Amino acid sequence: MALLDYFLRKKEKQVTTASKAKERLQIIVAHERNSRNKQPDYLPQLTEDILKVLRKYIKVSDESFSINLDKKDGDLNVLELNIELHDEQKTG
Amino acid sequence: MARIIVVTSGKGGVGKTTSSAAIGLGLALKGHKVVLIDFDIGLRNLDLIMGCERRVVYDFVNVINGEATLNQALIKDKRVSSLSILPASQTRDKDALNKENVGKVLEELGESYDFIVCDSPAGIEAGAMMALYYADEAVVTTNPEVSSVRDSDRILGMLASRSRRAELGLDPIKEHLLLTRYSPKRVEEGEMLSVEDVEDILSIPLLGVIPESQAVLKASNAGEPVILDTESDAGKAYQDVIDRLLGETVDFRFLVAEKKGIFSRMFGG
Repeated sequence: MALLDYFLRKKEKQVTTASKAKERLQIIVAHERNSRNKQPDYLPQLTEDILKVLRKYIKVSDESFSINLDKKDGDLNVLELNIELHDEQKTG
Repeated sequence: MARIIVVTSGKGGVGKTTSSAAIGLGLALKGHKVVLIDFDIGLRNLDLIMGCERRVVYDFVNVINGEATLNQALIKDKRVSSLSILPASQTRDKDALNKENVGKVLEELGESYDFIVCDSPAGIEAGAMMALYYADEAVVTTNPEVSSVRDSDRILGMLASRSRRAELGLDPIKEHLLLTRYSPKRVEEGEMLSVEDVEDILSIPLLGVIPESQAVLKASNAGEPVILDTESDAGKAYQDVIDRLLGETVDFRFLVAEKKGIFSRMFGG
């Protein structure tokens, strides 16, 4: 029987457990990496709203504005806004 | 400036302490001044693997609390004079370590050692974070097995975001993959993730592949790091790791199973 197995084994192309493991890992690792780097869902809307309020008072171009949410130690999140102001841009 | 190397993994039982002991002793055997630090507060084990458990008088937390000086707590290795071990405390509060006091100890050690090897506890809690915080390099110890690979990826995320280098915006920690308990035979049979599989998933440079070996248990039984067993595959593979850490290019060994003869294959052997 070992002789028969030897010849049969070569023919069948079965999915090995190692390849299953690799596939599962690639999916879960990619997913977890994504959520590690992901900004919260509300950030785009928040950005838009902040810009809207700012533009009521001052001229802000998209390039002179940046928003960043950083995770620090533990539960601390820091929302960072950078707005470049130029004198001539101020409206009355 | 000392090179600070953290041996880490996320998952427990993959060979962090075995690897720390081998790396520390191996570097010291090459003539470098090395200190090995056990960061596993409450679950000290590096002392056992190094065979110096009966010589522990003071520990890391005693030093932190000012109850002992570094020189009182450091244990000089009996085999290699350029190697010292700083044991973890066995009973104290896990929160004894913080960035400030650990930083002070590492700074003091950095003045007189070439390498500081930090043996991290398992997990992603405060102890593991302390072990990796000041690292310049990380040896990410991984078994070719799903849970270990996933946990290693988590740790890579921590290295990139929670370390001193990340916080200060310095060059990132240099990451090395150390694959342990590797069985080429099982890989060939499709039962185990291969070196290439794990490299593909984690995408960090490979530092070494340590084959599954009976020598590892024998070494820990005796308190003689496995790198001293120069006849064993595992000992030789760790020796290659040391050479690579010191900048040499060394071919990888023990990646293929010993070939069985055609007769034993045909008639079952």
